[in-house]
Amino acid sequence: MITLHRRASPSRTMGWFAPVIALGLTLLAGLILFAVLGVPLLKAFQAFFIDPVSTRYGLAELGVKAAPLIMIGVALSIGFRAQVWNIGAEGQLILGGICGAAVGLYFYEVDAWYVLPLMMLAGVLGGMLWAAIPALLRTRFNVNEILTSLMLTYVAALLLSYLVAGPLRDPDGYNFPESRLLHDAALLPRILDGTRLHLGAAIALGIVVAAWVLLSRTLLGFALRVNGAAPRAGTHAGFNQNRLIWFVLLAGGGVAGLAGLFEVAGPIGQLLTTISPGYGFTAIIVAFLGRLHPVGVFFAGLIMALSYLGGETAQIDLNLPLAVTGVFQGMLLFFLLATDVLINYRVRWGRR
Amino acid sequence: MNETIILTLITIITAATPLVYASLGELVTERSGVLNLGVEGMMLTGAVCSFATVHYSGSATLGVLAGCLAGMALALLFAFLTLTLQSSQVATGLALTIFGVGLSALIGQSLVGIAFEGLPVLMPELARIPAIGKLLFGHDILVYGSFALVAATSWFLSRTRAGLVLRSVGDSHDAAHALGYHVIRVRYLATLFGGACAGLAGAYLSMAYTPMWVENMSAGRGWIALALVVFAVWQPGRLLLGAYLFGGISILQLHGQALGFQVPSQLMSMLPYLTTILVLVLISRDGGRIRRNAPASIGKAFHPTT
Amino acid sequence: MIGVQQTTRYTGWIVHRKSQKPDLRPVVLELEQVQSVCSMTTTQSGADDQPLVVMCDITKAYPGCIANDAINLSLMPGRVHALLGENGAGKSTLVKILYGLLKQDSGTIHWRGRAVDIGSPAQARELGIAMVFQHFSLFDSLTVLENIALGMACDADEKLRQRIIEVSMRYGLPLDPDRSVYTLSVGERQRIEICRCLLQDPELLIMDEPTSVLTPQEVAGLFETLARLAGEGMAILYISHKLEEIRQICHEATILRQGRRVAVADPTVETARGLAALMMGDDVPVVHRQKNTVRNTVLLQLQHLSLVAPDRNAMTLHDICLSVHAGEIIGIAGVAGNGQDELMQAIAGEVSLAEADALLIEGKNAGHYSAGKRRQCGLCTVPEERLGHAAVPTMTLSENAFLTAHHRQPLRRFGLLSEGRSRAYAIQVIDQFKVQCNGPGSLAGSLSGGNLQKFIVGREILQAPSVLVVSQPTWGVDAGAAAAIHTALQQLAQSGSAVLVVSQDLDELMTITVRIAALCAGRLSEFHDTAAVTVNEIGMLMGGESLPAPDADRLASADGVAQ
Repeated sequence: MITLHRRASPSRTMGWFAPVIALGLTLLAGLILFAVLGVPLLKAFQAFFIDPVSTRYGLAELGVKAAPLIMIGVALSIGFRAQVWNIGAEGQLILGGICGAAVGLYFYEVDAWYVLPLMMLAGVLGGMLWAAIPALLRTRFNVNEILTSLMLTYVAALLLSYLVAGPLRDPDGYNFPESRLLHDAALLPRILDGTRLHLGAAIALGIVVAAWVLLSRTLLGFALRVNGAAPRAGTHAGFNQNRLIWFVLLAGGGVAGLAGLFEVAGPIGQLLTTISPGYGFTAIIVAFLGRLHPVGVFFAGLIMALSYLGGETAQIDLNLPLAVTGVFQGMLLFFLLATDVLINYRVRWGRR
Repeated sequence: MNETIILTLITIITAATPLVYASLGELVTERSGVLNLGVEGMMLTGAVCSFATVHYSGSATLGVLAGCLAGMALALLFAFLTLTLQSSQVATGLALTIFGVGLSALIGQSLVGIAFEGLPVLMPELARIPAIGKLLFGHDILVYGSFALVAATSWFLSRTRAGLVLRSVGDSHDAAHALGYHVIRVRYLATLFGGACAGLAGAYLSMAYTPMWVENMSAGRGWIALALVVFAVWQPGRLLLGAYLFGGISILQLHGQALGFQVPSQLMSMLPYLTTILVLVLISRDGGRIRRNAPASIGKAFHPTT
Repeated sequence: MIGVQQTTRYTGWIVHRKSQKPDLRPVVLELEQVQSVCSMTTTQSGADDQPLVVMCDITKAYPGCIANDAINLSLMPGRVHALLGENGAGKSTLVKILYGLLKQDSGTIHWRGRAVDIGSPAQARELGIAMVFQHFSLFDSLTVLENIALGMACDADEKLRQRIIEVSMRYGLPLDPDRSVYTLSVGERQRIEICRCLLQDPELLIMDEPTSVLTPQEVAGLFETLARLAGEGMAILYISHKLEEIRQICHEATILRQGRRVAVADPTVETARGLAALMMGDDVPVVHRQKNTVRNTVLLQLQHLSLVAPDRNAMTLHDICLSVHAGEIIGIAGVAGNGQDELMQAIAGEVSLAEADALLIEGKNAGHYSAGKRRQCGLCTVPEERLGHAAVPTMTLSENAFLTAHHRQPLRRFGLLSEGRSRAYAIQVIDQFKVQCNGPGSLAGSLSGGNLQKFIVGREILQAPSVLVVSQPTWGVDAGAAAAIHTALQQLAQSGSAVLVVSQDLDELMTITVRIAALCAGRLSEFHDTAAVTVNEIGMLMGGESLPAPDADRLASADGVAQ
């Protein structure tokens, strides 16, 4: 039997160590998983963690994958801090992609500086619009935002699939469900020659810094933290809970929408039936792995991006299914949640 | 025409059955004060495990059992994390879903594209009765099982002492603990029951509803099941009603075009999700009603420090 | 503790005790004089009168403190035994051990002379021990019948229903078995608990602070029930820190202080003051009724404030009118759940009011102001619940200082939070109010109730509010902290602020307020001069009755008491 003894105050050391322990345990469990799947351990390790980042191109790809994860992860972590559970970032990302791409396609072949900013604006607004629905329902009708934001993700995916098969389909595309390729003025500029690393990565960094300042230094950030820790104390101190919910959901939706636009106008360059390998869901793990702190989320985003890259390399080199990535991510989150107990409790074996 | 109605009703039953199982399990779990958001993950894992078992063993019984056990295994993981290690129920539930989606895809990678003839009809002789025979008797054991389980759960919760204890733990774990009830044990059992039911729901999906394995084949039904529990204000009887309502809506999407709606299939497919949102709005608008019926200690961690 | 000087006021509480009180030697025995309770009780009573329970040398330690240090306790059948002590003296720990909720580190428990090991409440119940908790162990969504069935090893069936009706009739505890608990008043809830205990035919009934939530009239009813039970031979362990009621119904008293048994006394002969001295040690804090410093300016006014409850769990407020003048402390009494929370929320601005002129701060219509704006206008509030409402348990004292003080104190720089300034303000509060903690960086949740309350009240007072509204300022707080808080409130009023205290503690209101009214079912009674009313009369107000016009005689005599 395990018994827990509450610590007088949360352990700071464990706050730093728990994610590291969780990472270690995930690695261990991953090795066991590879052993079960009959993959040589050393080779798997190399394919997953070394090969993807051993080249300049590989490192740039890490940035490409990490950018959306970090952006959305930071935005979600602000919400989670305030106990607002927006888990529909994937849908908001899709809507941002759709709206941004639609603007880009509207200005097809227009070679002007304003095309890309307009697309970004449309992406942000699209994501916000999608997040506004759960916000409205939560503040007005008291509907749980977990379920509504998630349901809207399925709706968004179906909407995308409808649009690329219908209204936004490439007229010269032999009926394939995909849009035209965006023209150059509608594509994000690359910030590293010979790679796919785009402007979005720099913006993601900016978002990390902005979120850090917001949470630690502004009244709004303080209000969000209070709302998460003790909502009634927030109301008593004069923080309007509904306004906070609106802010958190709109911010999360806007950032996710922007990330969706970055995918469409960056690595992909057109609208497809799927524009994200589940970034919106993985960002939830990223937020928790980063301990809901912007800087932590930054590193967590890099780790998760590596798991995507590693999964792809492993698929090519070792013929492993891509699903291994999902299992890895789930395990990491489990271990993380499990080791979190060390922060607030001392764990002992034996009876009380 | 009669034939069409009967066929439609039969498809509604098949569409509703997995929802009944999944939401009934979650209802019992929530009644004990535990919010498990991992239903989708447990369903998918149950689906792939039962399909794999049937494929390799050939026994449908073993398949159902495997689905059940797989759901319970994931629920046990959830219970250990949230009840023993005091992790956040919301976060752990999300993790369970993400993990379940990945795990089921991994297990099922070699099973994609294999077909299976489905579960046998329980009462084939009676099913031959003209007109109503097929509607009343033309189903497999899991369909009848779902009705029996709803009735049994309803009886258990309202009429038995164990059911009373379960409800009391969900209402106030501190009071239940003070009276000497084992809060954690009750919650473990309720969570495991929820896992078993979600696993059964998954087994029904991959063995009867569409007898094959497709990645992510539950398509959000786990989440709809969660919404159904709210819709049913935690009453098993209303849950049955809700599940059949949703079954009907998802059938509408299949038969929409046949019935003459000129709407793209993707938009029709949005119906269950949009309905879920609408239903949640209607039921949540009266905040007092939810608060009166929802288990008061739902989602709250319990640590017996006294 | 606070009402020590006003003993005469309590004569209104009449108790008909049916049992014959055995003669106790009228002495207070200091610990050194007593060899051991185990032997003492047998010598005291008749030889064939065996003690029901004897607890010997019970010790229980937690990390950082010894909750029970070698405590002895002996209970006799047919006697009401008081366990007396301040918050944190170790009363709760001791009874939890007796009821099987905690395991003692060392020491033994004897039941009818036989050593027993009580591992769980179920075992305790099997022996014949029943307990009514201070915080009721009730399930709001279940019916009375189901609640009682859960506390016993039986089903919620017709047989149990009949037994409930029978017992409740016999002991004057009217109950409807089929009502859901959430529809019941606090007094009715307590009846369920008592009824549940009595159905088990216990030989020992433990009551943990049973009167703290009752009106004086309900208290009188409870005492009648307890007297009848003792008369039938039941042993009752009565836990309280209210000295007057212990003097009324208890035959003997064990007094704990800081985890030790300091004395065994006869409460029928010992004065309340003497008991208080035993309970608190040498320095019994005394709060004196202040001089009336009321000025003419009205600083806070409520005009026909009404607020419809959002759902059935809340209370609707009806047409509440009051005005608080500069320099006065006025009080609102009432049993919990009669609209105190709703009134506090309406005043603090946590819910919006329909009419702008329903609430006036210094004459300004503030009904539509947000909570923050009201604070800027000079209205500060302290809600009842310390953790999670007044303060954030997982945040530091600095952050908690910033939480409500940033509206009136310059705690921001260039619009951004200034950690240094919040810290400095927190330190100021900690120093001036002698809050015991590890500096401004300690988490609010790590402080004891009394210290956190001092911090919260201090946080508001140092903002120099023109109006301070406080709910339950000393609930669950030790006597020292309570006295400090009362003195601080009085000083604030003397400096010209208006103070409104909402409290269930009548002693507190009688001591520090100049006018008093009661809240019942969301309606506020007329205000009366505190000095001119008796506890019984306030009890009538709490029950929703109005008082007959005061006659001149009584006013004059009450004036005498107030001085």
